[in-house]
Amino acid sequence: MASDTTTARGYEKYYVPESSSLAVRATIGLVLSVFGAALVLNDMTFGAQQESSNSVWVLTGGLVFFVFTMASWFGTVIKENIAGMNSGQLNQSYVLGMFWFIFSEVMFFAAFFGALLYVRQFAGPWLAGEGDGGRMNGLLWPGFEFSWPPVTTPQEVVGGVDAQAIANNGAFISQEKSMAPADAHVWYAWLPMWNTLILLSSSATVHVAHTALLSDNRRKFNLWLGITVGLALVFLGLQAMEYYEAYALFGLTLNSGIYGSTFFMLTGFHGFHVAMGMTMLLVQLVRSLKNRHFTATDHFGFEASTWYWHFVDVVWVFLFLFVYIL
Amino acid sequence: MGDHHHGPAKGISRWLFTTNHKDIGTMYLWFSFAMFLLGGFFAMVIRAELFQPGMQLIEPGFFNQMTTLHGLIMVFGAIMPSFVGLANWLIPMMIGAPDMALPRMNNWSFWILPPAFLMLASTLFMEGGAPAFGWTFYAPLSTTYAAPSVTFFIFAIHILGVSSIMGSINIIATVMNMRAPGMTYMKMPLFVWTWLITAFLLVAVMPVLAGAVTMMLMDIHFGTSFFSAAGGGDPVLFQHIFWFFGHPEVYIIILPAFGVVSQIIPAFSRKPLFGYASMVYATASIAFLSFIVWAHHMYTVGMPVAGELFFMYATMLIAVPTGVKVFNWITTMWRGALSFETPMLFCIGFLVLFTLGGFTGLMLSIAPADFQYHDTYFVVAHFHYVMVAGAVFSMTAAIYYWLPKWCGRMYNESMGKTHFWISFIGFNITFFPQHFVGLAGMPRRIPDYALQFADFNMMSSIGAFIYGASQLLFLFNVIATIVAGKRVSEEKVWDGAEGLEWTVATPAPYHTFEEPPAVPRPAGTI
Repeated sequence: MASDTTTARGYEKYYVPESSSLAVRATIGLVLSVFGAALVLNDMTFGAQQESSNSVWVLTGGLVFFVFTMASWFGTVIKENIAGMNSGQLNQSYVLGMFWFIFSEVMFFAAFFGALLYVRQFAGPWLAGEGDGGRMNGLLWPGFEFSWPPVTTPQEVVGGVDAQAIANNGAFISQEKSMAPADAHVWYAWLPMWNTLILLSSSATVHVAHTALLSDNRRKFNLWLGITVGLALVFLGLQAMEYYEAYALFGLTLNSGIYGSTFFMLTGFHGFHVAMGMTMLLVQLVRSLKNRHFTATDHFGFEASTWYWHFVDVVWVFLFLFVYIL
Repeated sequence: MGDHHHGPAKGISRWLFTTNHKDIGTMYLWFSFAMFLLGGFFAMVIRAELFQPGMQLIEPGFFNQMTTLHGLIMVFGAIMPSFVGLANWLIPMMIGAPDMALPRMNNWSFWILPPAFLMLASTLFMEGGAPAFGWTFYAPLSTTYAAPSVTFFIFAIHILGVSSIMGSINIIATVMNMRAPGMTYMKMPLFVWTWLITAFLLVAVMPVLAGAVTMMLMDIHFGTSFFSAAGGGDPVLFQHIFWFFGHPEVYIIILPAFGVVSQIIPAFSRKPLFGYASMVYATASIAFLSFIVWAHHMYTVGMPVAGELFFMYATMLIAVPTGVKVFNWITTMWRGALSFETPMLFCIGFLVLFTLGGFTGLMLSIAPADFQYHDTYFVVAHFHYVMVAGAVFSMTAAIYYWLPKWCGRMYNESMGKTHFWISFIGFNITFFPQHFVGLAGMPRRIPDYALQFADFNMMSSIGAFIYGASQLLFLFNVIATIVAGKRVSEEKVWDGAEGLEWTVATPAPYHTFEEPPAVPRPAGTI
């Protein structure tokens, strides 16, 4: 028998929304954002002579519009689920979607890890004259020696290069040439170690929250989810401190050569993903607190956020290993 | 409430707000055709300039912008979206699904494409001109020495990546989750298989491309040193990251084409596809190998010999699964009841010319020989044999093959055949001589050339104008079919066609398979 939720031959109906303006709205937001961002960056680097540029407003407007559209998109999906429109099959589509989205994120980080390993294993030693191209070192960068973390950049050694728009000057101004572990007697003052502990325990706390939800214990769920969000905040706070130290005390910046490039891009994108994951978890917390969403058997919004959180955690483990320790 | 069948909405909102896989497929196909004409127009500008030696029509800088935009638009705007459009139309109908798994995201992956290409094309009118560093945008040409419009180029690439990733996630979720009961993986039509593997490749490598352009963006605007030796980075790093994306990318382009050919050749041979299972495994092997061969694009950058050897042998291995495919297609035709309608002609054209492109690929894979071929017109000839005679021919075949199903009208067969022969001849006049000028040392991407290359270049240009003009005939035929073609109503438009898409009414109704169909076909057939 055909009904609202099943087909004539008794299969569950797959809900296909009749039409939706979400995609077009999200397009407007996304396109305005990137167009605005491109304008802002070009003003910054290539110098817009005119005093008043509207590019910042294009960017801001685009971002705000985009964020609101995304909120309304996820809100729609949540409402549909509560209204019972989602079959088990549709939920499985969301599960697959989230899994492959995380896989794509893994590959994004792979590009930056690949760059780091390539520079450390190949490009750096070659610049310093190792390998078949060794003679070029004497012609191009005489005197440059490679170490990791690098003490200087090739440009610094030879005293400047033509046609370099922005100097990659390697201007570390303190004794600290890297973010690697400091001397043993101050190990406890080494921020990345604390951040590792914090992020690893946040993966555990979010797991406790999940178990609580599975046994229908909402109080415990809210508590441990809240703790997780708190840990995420602490992590971001410590990372901000670390960046401040790097910039203000160590002179380690985005333009201090390849070490600064890989360090800030890897940890920066990770930090951005922590912020995204934290936002996702926070939304789930608010949903649980305000609307009593989620049951022991129906909570994929939360579960997807935990997957994302574990992913962010695993990336950090690799970061800790390859950026800080090794 | 019960079952209610609804048709499409009226007016522009149908297209803006649609969640229907057929609407979205149609939009992808028309958009990609528009991009095909735009990229083709740029190619005509290039060939007009190269008609004779010496500078004729345009400035060298503008020539560079033309080669760059031609490549970018053809790869990202024409070929890739056209196959995504085909996937949208066909995958749900082939596996017996009511629609794509995530219909709203499907619409979004389409709608961000047009503005991205608008942004890319608008760079032509910006100060300093459009990107002029080739479609491979090697650093430092694309960083230190690029025009300011490069920032817009970078963000356009970001959006294309987002679109591809969402589209691919959708295809993977659809294939894994939406198959009708009984449609096991090894019963899926080969087109679905090739797209499943292609989608996996896209999700794996588009983020890497995003990483590459992000590093460019940071190098340009924030003074990082990823691709600057002065800061301890390496321009060659860019090439490694780019080709880690770029080599799987060429299989992203060609695998769905393989899928199309694997549907059409059996239909017009009136035989099941020979070696279905080996086709699946060959496709998977090609996909796997595509991840470990990228540096064969970079033999001349000064890699260590061990690297050259590894990438050379790994590349040669790809000939094995590709050969399996070619032999399977030929064996499918062997002793079949062949007929030569337009789709079949394009598939046979594909088979012959793609194989030629494969052979020149094998020549290029030999590292020491590549030192001679590298960055010459030999490379240009090679990749146009696989991109145009490979991907574009199979796409054209697909349109002729499925268009009657989609719109319930038959195209004009003699016009179709004329289109094929003009395309086939025009294509070969254009690109066959490029093998010779390439082997003789004519470099690619240069607006002028030595006098000894003049005759072959004039041939190339004449061929290009013929090939370009024949696409207008194609456009006319498609529009004439949709508007006024002879009506067809048989479910199986082609008597030899197999598959679920041929079991629904013709023209295909707006919604198909809201009720999962019974899957009739035995394992091992198409």
